[in-house]
Amino acid sequence: MSTTGVNEKEHGFRKGPLSQLADFFDNRTGYRALIHEALFERVPGGARWRYVWGSTLVFAFMTQLITGLVLWSSYSAGAQSAWESVYYIQHEMAGGWLLRGIHHVMAQAMVVLLALHLMQVVIDGAYRAPREVNFWLGLVLMMLVLGMALTGYLLPWDQKGYWSTRVATNLASLVPIFGPSIQQLVVGGPDYGHHTLTRFFAIHAGFLPAALVTMLVVHLSLFRKHGLCARKPLAKPDAMFWPDQVLKDAVVCLVVMAVVLGVILWPALQAMLDGQPIITGSLGAELGAPADPSQPYAAARPEWYFLFLFQFLKVFEGMGATGEFFGAIVVPSLVMGVMFLMPIIGRWNLGHRLNIVFTCSLLAGVGLLTAMALHEDYCARWIDPVSLADVPALLEKTGGDKSKIAASFGNDASLIAAFEKRRKKWDAFRHSLAFLEASSQAKHDAERAIELAGRPERIPPAGALELVRRDALSQGPRLFAQHCGSCHAHVDPTASGADAQYAKASAANLFGFGGNAWIGGLLDPQQVAGPAYFGNTAHKDGDMVNFVTEDLTDRDVWTLEDIKAVEVAMSQEAGRADGLHRSDAQATVQLIEKGRSLIADTERCGACHAFRENGTALGTAPELNGWGSREWLVGIITDPTHERFYGASNDRMPSFGKTQEGSAPMLSREQIDLLADWLRGQWYRSGQAVP
Amino acid sequence: MAPSGKRRNHPTKTPVADVSKITGPHAGDAAGRRNFFVEAMALVCGGLATLTPVAAGVWMFLDPLRRRSEAATFLPVTELKSVPDDGVPRQFAVVTDRIDAWTGFAAEPIGAVYLRRKKGSDEVEALSATCPHAGCFVQIDPEEKCFRCPCHSSRFTVDGQMVAPSPSPRAMDGLACRVDNNGGVAVKWQNFYTGIAEKVAKP
Repeated sequence: MSTTGVNEKEHGFRKGPLSQLADFFDNRTGYRALIHEALFERVPGGARWRYVWGSTLVFAFMTQLITGLVLWSSYSAGAQSAWESVYYIQHEMAGGWLLRGIHHVMAQAMVVLLALHLMQVVIDGAYRAPREVNFWLGLVLMMLVLGMALTGYLLPWDQKGYWSTRVATNLASLVPIFGPSIQQLVVGGPDYGHHTLTRFFAIHAGFLPAALVTMLVVHLSLFRKHGLCARKPLAKPDAMFWPDQVLKDAVVCLVVMAVVLGVILWPALQAMLDGQPIITGSLGAELGAPADPSQPYAAARPEWYFLFLFQFLKVFEGMGATGEFFGAIVVPSLVMGVMFLMPIIGRWNLGHRLNIVFTCSLLAGVGLLTAMALHEDYCARWIDPVSLADVPALLEKTGGDKSKIAASFGNDASLIAAFEKRRKKWDAFRHSLAFLEASSQAKHDAERAIELAGRPERIPPAGALELVRRDALSQGPRLFAQHCGSCHAHVDPTASGADAQYAKASAANLFGFGGNAWIGGLLDPQQVAGPAYFGNTAHKDGDMVNFVTEDLTDRDVWTLEDIKAVEVAMSQEAGRADGLHRSDAQATVQLIEKGRSLIADTERCGACHAFRENGTALGTAPELNGWGSREWLVGIITDPTHERFYGASNDRMPSFGKTQEGSAPMLSREQIDLLADWLRGQWYRSGQAVP
Repeated sequence: MAPSGKRRNHPTKTPVADVSKITGPHAGDAAGRRNFFVEAMALVCGGLATLTPVAAGVWMFLDPLRRRSEAATFLPVTELKSVPDDGVPRQFAVVTDRIDAWTGFAAEPIGAVYLRRKKGSDEVEALSATCPHAGCFVQIDPEEKCFRCPCHSSRFTVDGQMVAPSPSPRAMDGLACRVDNNGGVAVKWQNFYTGIAEKVAKP
């Protein structure tokens, strides 16, 4: 006998336990009536595709809520933990790339859906009485969504988010009277740091969503109160929201989701077709290098849907502070003001048309500005610099002097104007090239930071920025450019344009220093006095150059095998970390031993150079014990005038690490270590033990 | 959905008593005064209760307003010999101890300056690398021998003057710079508000 036997007996029909449970809850909550009210809304004229946009926005917001809450469960808002936790989500957690990717791409989809929803409401005149308040609520909702997009950009605390947010918060300071206070409140103090992140996170994940949910509830209940604003004339008989309109809504939501997934997975598909391995960490949302206030980031751009505002600031060039105030504050406020007035303007028919024209031209203007911004950044990809080659040539010749340029065109106004036009194009090309180079550098830096974060030792408590700052591969080129690059070249001799780089240098090319090829060039009579070695230095006519060009060419004294032996033995002293010294198959033990004895020989190299126990005094020529090793390089960078190195014959090289008369050295010990490691090719490589 | 005879049907709404009866035996002005008093007290009690967390929240939220940056002091940046007297600006990091809320950093790069020395001069000119337009990092364009902001394309001459037409409202921000007897170059590091014509230091 079933448990429902009593009911069966009393009523003559059988009621399942689930049904009973449903009855119990309906009895106490009245949920059936609620669901009925929610689903059985009359859709005048039947379900239509044009009514789906509101629902897709609710769907997009729900997606953001779900993905956002889970992201929250793994995110840590702090200057030394935000990038690190996002790195962990993106590159190490199962499915992190997908979740973050959906959150990132759906945010962009939401902006597009907002524009579509707004267009549909304006075109259908759905803001007219009695729906004015709901239209205003919609505008507020739009600003809340844009606010979430803006605040979300900073949260990974990478270079891109950091520098873009600096611009956005600096613009906030332009608001009259309260601007500076607003800026300080948003930033969380006078400087960017922990509290910028905690505040942006609280705004992004707390204040704005709470406000949005509240407004959304009112927006939806008002929508229900007024009923759907049907497009006249009604095409078909009325239908119910469920299931006709819900089906259409659901189909479009699915399409939106498919597009989002498509954007995330597109690179994976391409990799698959190319037969490349798929790296899931690189899919979905990007993660730049960790934010560094001291490291310029020339590729700082807002997310694409804010590019029009970014570009708008350039429109006002030449207008000074007024222009910026106009572009950043006045015009956007006026536009929002007009939109708020739309229900009033739209009361009479012409006004409604004006509203449509205004909205369309606004979107067109946004589109145009976005296109302009993209063109300015990427035009170097399609402008041919050769076709403009005369511009830099003339600028170089005249030194940019206007009257000289005019004179070169015989003061012909039309020719000068034509030149000015080409000069602008040349300028645009160079601006774009700089942006593209900065972008690729940024990509490079990001990849390196991610590679470092994946070391088996993990990220130190001081954060990933510390890792980057202590990385020879990241810092070496910068330190070299700043402190060494004005004299030394660092260019692969086999690369194109290497000669041009030597021409500018006044000291040796240090590319591959200590490797076989480098020593081979030093011992080559054709090269030793060339610009890659001593050619541009005071040692041009020195003992070493004489030795290589005269003694070494005497085959009775120096056989080719002898020279090879010295080269191999020297590269063994340097012991480059990247294995350049091992690139030579001839580097046998016998050959190395032979080379060492030749170097130590006081009739040969040992006549000037101290090596092993050959008894040659320091001070005449650099010591060759451990030549090119880390310790040796650190020593020569610290003080080349030391007797172990060039002593009194040092040619212009500063003693970078020497403390002089109580003042700090030009380079810290740590910086010198980084330079030495970089020059020797010693840095962490993933999948390899640190040598 | 017929409820069983034994089960009680739970009404969804409690019947509301007639409002006129609630006022009870009191009538006329006295009732009106009492009503006003009750309403006022309800608002005051409820308002005070709610205002407490709001006030405490606002109080803490406004805390950043009383935070000030470290007073601008001269920070050693480099040595005179690292600034060749060729009139070409060079970029240097400004390094100092920094406090970010609860974290203290020792010798941390906090920004960058451009230093420039004219031919034969021992005086060094310092310019902040922060663009006065919107705060991006201004960079040197070695080919055109000028400064160029990578964000909105503001351009400045090597001595920091605007190249018209420029989105920037003012020239690059000069910083006080001095060279001590040992050849150490120190710069008075300051941040300025961006986007306005006047150079106003941030508090």
